[in-house]
Amino acid sequence: MSQETIRLKEKALAGGMPLTQKRENLWVDAFRRLIRNRAAVIGGTIVIVLIIMAVFAPQIAPRSYEKQVLNDQNTVPAWLLSIFPTMKPYARISNDYVFGADYVGRDLFSRIVYGARVSLTVAFIGPLISLIIGTIYGSISGYFGGRVDNIMMRIVDVLYAFPGLLFIILLLAFFRSTLTKIEPGTFAYAVSQLDARLGGMLFIFIGIGLTAWETMARLTRGQVLSVREKEFIEAARTIGASNLRIMFRHILPNIIGPLVVAETLAIPGYISTEAFLSFIGLGVNPPTPSWGSMIADGAQVIRTYPNQTVFPALALAITMFAFNFLGDGLRDALDPRLRGTQ
Amino acid sequence: MITGDGVLLSVRNLIKYFPITRGIIFQRQIGAVHAVDDISFDIHRGETLGLVGESGCGKSTTGRTILQLYRPTSGQVLFDGVDLVTLKGNELRKMRRRMQMIFQDPYASLNPRMTVGEIIGEPLLIHGVAKGKAIQERVEQLLELVGLNPAFSNRYPHEFSGGQRQRIGVARALALQPDLIVCDEPISALDVSIQAQVVNLLEDLQHQFGLTYLFIAHDLSMVRHISDRVAVMYLGVLVELADRNELYNNPLHPYTQALLSAVPIPDPFVEERRRRIILEGDVPSPVNPPSGCRFRTRCKYAKEICSEVKPDWRELQPGHFVACHFAGELG
Repeated sequence: MSQETIRLKEKALAGGMPLTQKRENLWVDAFRRLIRNRAAVIGGTIVIVLIIMAVFAPQIAPRSYEKQVLNDQNTVPAWLLSIFPTMKPYARISNDYVFGADYVGRDLFSRIVYGARVSLTVAFIGPLISLIIGTIYGSISGYFGGRVDNIMMRIVDVLYAFPGLLFIILLLAFFRSTLTKIEPGTFAYAVSQLDARLGGMLFIFIGIGLTAWETMARLTRGQVLSVREKEFIEAARTIGASNLRIMFRHILPNIIGPLVVAETLAIPGYISTEAFLSFIGLGVNPPTPSWGSMIADGAQVIRTYPNQTVFPALALAITMFAFNFLGDGLRDALDPRLRGTQ
Repeated sequence: MITGDGVLLSVRNLIKYFPITRGIIFQRQIGAVHAVDDISFDIHRGETLGLVGESGCGKSTTGRTILQLYRPTSGQVLFDGVDLVTLKGNELRKMRRRMQMIFQDPYASLNPRMTVGEIIGEPLLIHGVAKGKAIQERVEQLLELVGLNPAFSNRYPHEFSGGQRQRIGVARALALQPDLIVCDEPISALDVSIQAQVVNLLEDLQHQFGLTYLFIAHDLSMVRHISDRVAVMYLGVLVELADRNELYNNPLHPYTQALLSAVPIPDPFVEERRRRIILEGDVPSPVNPPSGCRFRTRCKYAKEICSEVKPDWRELQPGHFVACHFAGELG
């Protein structure tokens, strides 16, 4: 130890100076805790791989997701026969396809790669919509309290009681079934066109957005209520801070942690909602590949060609696990006191 | 120290009721907590007025209502001649520059997500007193003033001890160079050795800047030490107000007498002879306070008139106010 550091240490011990000049920023600290959590790191890595897969789908996928090769219908690669030996007697073997081809001869692997696009878009749009609407709604309700709060929360209660899936299904049924009859130039026509251009994802977004924000609004309101009564809010008022300033500088930074965690943990829900809608045929339009619609297609031939169901289902399961692990890790990192709770 | 006789703050017939409501959407009021019920007093420029009373008697509510953190149910709060109760929005925010508050809990009164520099600099930013680098300089000055290392400005509150945090709170209150500081039990959350430090700091700052304090506390010996005048509160009303020594040597209200008899005396011989006046029963509910004199249910001198007529707030001797029918006649 050099003379200089010894001198510094002595000075510090005398109470003049802190021993270490540590900068304990909340997010830096949380990140450090997060990367110490193995499950969260695995989850995070999978999410990053998925994002890369979705962004670079054209480069990664060996074939087009929509090209049908009739000769290759239901082909199975040789390596799969060792896993599913029941397919041996009738399988048409072609090693051109890693996971095989579906009932119209489209490459399963390419479709799974492209399918990540739909699932991930939902995984990011869902929280975005519910964060924006839910946080603003909940903040206003919680901050102003009293009668405003009462009325706003009763509205949420009513909406909450309405089954979300039924609502989405009705929405889709209304806009899609009438598509052929809608006159160009009307609002419904424009919406339908936009939906078609997005491969059918627009209504999934609207549906998820319309139902997901309610939980978020309730959570935000509760958090705001608990922070609002703290003395530092009163202190802010004493120094003349405006409502907006109190909201954004004093309340939001103190509640953002739990909100982010709740949204991350809600992502698997959004992904499965999309998969479910696509499974019952109300999600994305064919030929846009979605894991849900692929599972639905595969379910038709699940006894003869199980690979057509298993692979998209695996992709879905892994993605949901990854987001769950990441969310759990985030919660533990942002609020260590909650570790091990549900 | 400015010892002008001018009145800085004048509270007149201040009333604050908190409504108790029932019902989900259509709320109706079913009662009220009479937190502060018709109190009047003045605070002179440069003095310290101590406000004492037991828990729940409305001391803090009084302080907060004066600063308009709670809007009063009725009454006037004249600050330098301006009635704060009638001010709204921007006008009120401008007046806030001149009156600040130091809070009881140094752990809850600092935003854990802001650095010390941001906390102390925020009032300057809001009122546009300083900008950019000037804020940083002023923050460092203030930190030094309250006895903290100016290099601490980019640290977070959780890195400090209770006493240090309270100093940060004091620095924030001083940032705008206010005239009046309401100290809401600023030392009750600290341990005794730190209490003395913070009280000394407050006294030094008062001498340096001619500050006026409303010092809310329940530690009678500390109040005696720091205050020029002392007001005693019971169940939402003032029962007695006098000069420090006058009040401690010659308490006129039976409640004040009981309160002072509870103060231990650091002298074993005197302490042995000290006779405590033990009050019977509990403090009545502020939702439904007793008629007439608030204290009559626990007062050993209570007579019929006490339940019928509310005692006047009388100036029995010059500068010595008391609200009791028999003040001065009691042994």
